[in-house]
Amino acid sequence: MTRHKEGDRRDTALNDAELQRCLTATWSTPAGLWGALSTVDHKIIGRRYITTAFVFLALGGVLSLLMRLQLAQPEARFIGPDRYNQIFTMHGTNMMFLFAVPVMQAMAIYLVPLMVGTRNIAFPRLNAFSYWMYLAGGLLLWVAFALDVGPDVGWFAYVPLSGPQYAAGKRADIWAQMITFTEVSALAVAVEIVVTVFKQRAPGMSLDRIPLFVWSMLVTSFLIILAMPAIMIASTALILDRLVGTHFFNPAEGGDVLLWQHLFWFFGHPEVYIIFLPAVGMVSTIVATFTRRPVFGYLGMVMALIATGILAFGLWVHHMFVAGLPRLGESFFTASSMAIAVPAGLQIFCWLATMWAGRPIFKTPFLFVIGFMVIFVIGGMTGVMVASVPFDTQVHDTYFVVAHFHYVLVGGAVFPLLGAIYYWFPKFTGRMMSETLGRWTFGLMFTGFNLTFFPMHILGLQGMPRRIYTYQPEMPWSGLNMFISLSAIILALGFLMFFVDAIRSARSGSAAPANPWGALTLEWATSSPPPAYNFMHLPVVSSLEPLADDPDILPVASGLRIDRRELLITSVVQAVPEARESSPGDSIWPLWAAAATSVTLIWSIFTPWAVVWGSIPVAIALIGWFWPKGVVEEDA
Amino acid sequence: MRIVRNGLLAVALAVSGCSGNQSAMDPDGGPAIHIAHLIIGIVAVCGVAWVLVMVMLAAALLRGRGRTGREITNERSLMRAVIAAVAVTVVIVAALTVSSFFTTRGIGVPEPAAMTITVRGQQWWWQVMYADSGPNASFETANEIHIPVGRDVRLELQSADVIHSFWVPSLAGKQDLVPGRSNILLLRAEKPGIYRGQCAEFCGLQHGHMAVLVIAEAPADYERWAAGQRQTALLPSNPEALAGQAVFLGKPCAACHTIRGTSAHGKTGPDLTHIGSRLTLAAGLVETTRGSLAAWIADPQTVKPGNNMPTVALTGVELQQISTYMEGLK
Repeated sequence: MTRHKEGDRRDTALNDAELQRCLTATWSTPAGLWGALSTVDHKIIGRRYITTAFVFLALGGVLSLLMRLQLAQPEARFIGPDRYNQIFTMHGTNMMFLFAVPVMQAMAIYLVPLMVGTRNIAFPRLNAFSYWMYLAGGLLLWVAFALDVGPDVGWFAYVPLSGPQYAAGKRADIWAQMITFTEVSALAVAVEIVVTVFKQRAPGMSLDRIPLFVWSMLVTSFLIILAMPAIMIASTALILDRLVGTHFFNPAEGGDVLLWQHLFWFFGHPEVYIIFLPAVGMVSTIVATFTRRPVFGYLGMVMALIATGILAFGLWVHHMFVAGLPRLGESFFTASSMAIAVPAGLQIFCWLATMWAGRPIFKTPFLFVIGFMVIFVIGGMTGVMVASVPFDTQVHDTYFVVAHFHYVLVGGAVFPLLGAIYYWFPKFTGRMMSETLGRWTFGLMFTGFNLTFFPMHILGLQGMPRRIYTYQPEMPWSGLNMFISLSAIILALGFLMFFVDAIRSARSGSAAPANPWGALTLEWATSSPPPAYNFMHLPVVSSLEPLADDPDILPVASGLRIDRRELLITSVVQAVPEARESSPGDSIWPLWAAAATSVTLIWSIFTPWAVVWGSIPVAIALIGWFWPKGVVEEDA
Repeated sequence: MRIVRNGLLAVALAVSGCSGNQSAMDPDGGPAIHIAHLIIGIVAVCGVAWVLVMVMLAAALLRGRGRTGREITNERSLMRAVIAAVAVTVVIVAALTVSSFFTTRGIGVPEPAAMTITVRGQQWWWQVMYADSGPNASFETANEIHIPVGRDVRLELQSADVIHSFWVPSLAGKQDLVPGRSNILLLRAEKPGIYRGQCAEFCGLQHGHMAVLVIAEAPADYERWAAGQRQTALLPSNPEALAGQAVFLGKPCAACHTIRGTSAHGKTGPDLTHIGSRLTLAAGLVETTRGSLAAWIADPQTVKPGNNMPTVALTGVELQQISTYMEGLK
């Protein structure tokens, strides 16, 4: 790693050209494979994360088409029950753990440091480590599936079906260990985001000037930190039950099968909001830009995010309404599940008020937000329905619920995400996506989505359960199932067009200016794509919309060293500058640490001794990672 | 009399397409009727709310379209509108919570003294145990539950292996069968008929083929059926069936199945004492006929891949005899 030897060089007395040269030398990732493997640049890792997550989205989409092929006709024999169970398990596991959560965190890895005006994410090596862990977990799952040992116990892996007695082989272990990989990476990123938002905001960006997307990622990160340990405990206990014969979930030995469900859903329900809240932040961002005014009710929006985050932990039992819990306790969870409609409603009404008072400009990102409003409100309504215990006893585990959560997750998260990709694509790549293809993509997806998923509500009420690999010809479901399968083709074409547009635009789209949409948040104050150091001069913020007055003469802070990677640390509430802090340089050790951890975790599916022997390379990698190099950590 | 009753059931079966009624929106049982009313009410309220939000969305988008320059909007009146909308949301949500609560109350819980049937879920069939008071009163059947019309029936739900869920939507909401626990479900049919249900909790390979029929009959018909089920199997009169019985008892069949009145006392598979009287075979998969019995016995893994019944090597003649015997076990 080359460093300038002149000693303590600051950015105060240099002209722009010289400053740019020094910053580039200090911050940029070296070319070549070694540079790519050892980089800790949040933008490179963020782009990598996003691309990987979209590859998993495409793979999961192919699985859903296979299921629709099988279900189009009664008693079809395209896919046998064993493969079908793997496919629906893979679809759910992949979409939740390898696509939805990582992609939202990936957007934050890229955007949050830019939106708060800093030069890199907090703990950048941990960030690199988290990506490698995520990739290894994804590969573990998909390679297992390709080898016909993919998990087949559902993405929820209920015991005892996933336990030692009924799930022979290693399929359930692969599911449980994949959880470990993705949760380690999700927890790492959550910690990075919290610290970045709390301590690295641009001077002057007090709590009430934080962009709504950053607020949403902050709340989401706390949800991850509080919810994910539950599933890690559960999946680890499952592995122990399977590997060394503990009896956490075995009723014959004093264990309890419902314990699994409590732990799983204590994570599983906040999970929905871990996916949804970032989307809320994206919607707020897009609405503000394309209505040409700030989102109405900033304080209310922030409070709604926090209230949703808190209530999210009081709803898990509504996934267990038919498991045989006492009715009085269930009523409490009905009330809390219904209550979460209030902050959700508040956000909807604030966006409507923003649109009412603004000047809507119907570009592709905004179209996806309109689609989100139409679809997500239906999902919210059916959410209120399944919150009612008696209603739920009829629709639980039926296609009604399949329809409901696709309305919430695809309508509530994927539509805003695609809008966000269209919106931030110029920042990510320096190129614009096609507006024409974007409109077609939206039209196909909106039509295809509703035609595919709305009829599932009816199928559910007509008695069709979920997770069945086929149904009998005498059931009155064939017509709708065929209709749904055909509609899924329209939806798939929409996604195909999106991928074609994204790949084509990344290569040859028209060049994007720094701020193509006339947006007002800090990520647009630097070039598209941003330089390795993000901002030549660190911005100083004096309002919620720092670019509103004159984006060309943004006030800036100076005094940071430029001969080594240095960040400005500010106070939590008022973002008053507190210290200069060094930011770690590129390192290959996170990759070695991830490789050693991955081998240990996968090996430990087969023998508990793996934990003993595997800890040696893990320890070596960590020692290399943290070996002191004599750099002063912090200058107050 | 039994012939007449089976004839009627066959007609009902043909009319309902072998399946019976399986829809939450076509309720014939007390609990399901209560829930259907609640469903209609909530869907109507939510539907209206959705339409109103969409009208507001359209109005907001159309209003500002093509506008230039920032219009001075009255933020205060906007605030009032948002607060009013949130207040309406709170009222609706509270009303729905209360109506849901009263529906639960309306359904009630079965009296401990009510007629009780124990249903044990197994991969992938339903073991049904009747235990009336009195000597020799208890009997066992599978995949078919007979109940008297107009009476509360208390189902005690248990599981022998993994979690299943008992769901006959036209009669009641679902309830899980959880290993190590015993859950209670109130079942009640208001009119005679065949009501189909199927397992609603993913339970492995053949989760999709785990149906159950609830047959609601007039009390007198029910009593006659129950009396018939309490009987042990009669010695077959026809020679082919008699030979079939010998095959059954000589082959591994008896290790898993019980036929009361014979030496077959296996407990792993369904009780076959009166299998010929059941409408369907393999948990609702096919209608019970001599042909379907033969197909099932000859190659159960093709009919229902992954199920726990092994293929038992039989000659063509033996297969013929054993299916004749089974069919005759009325």
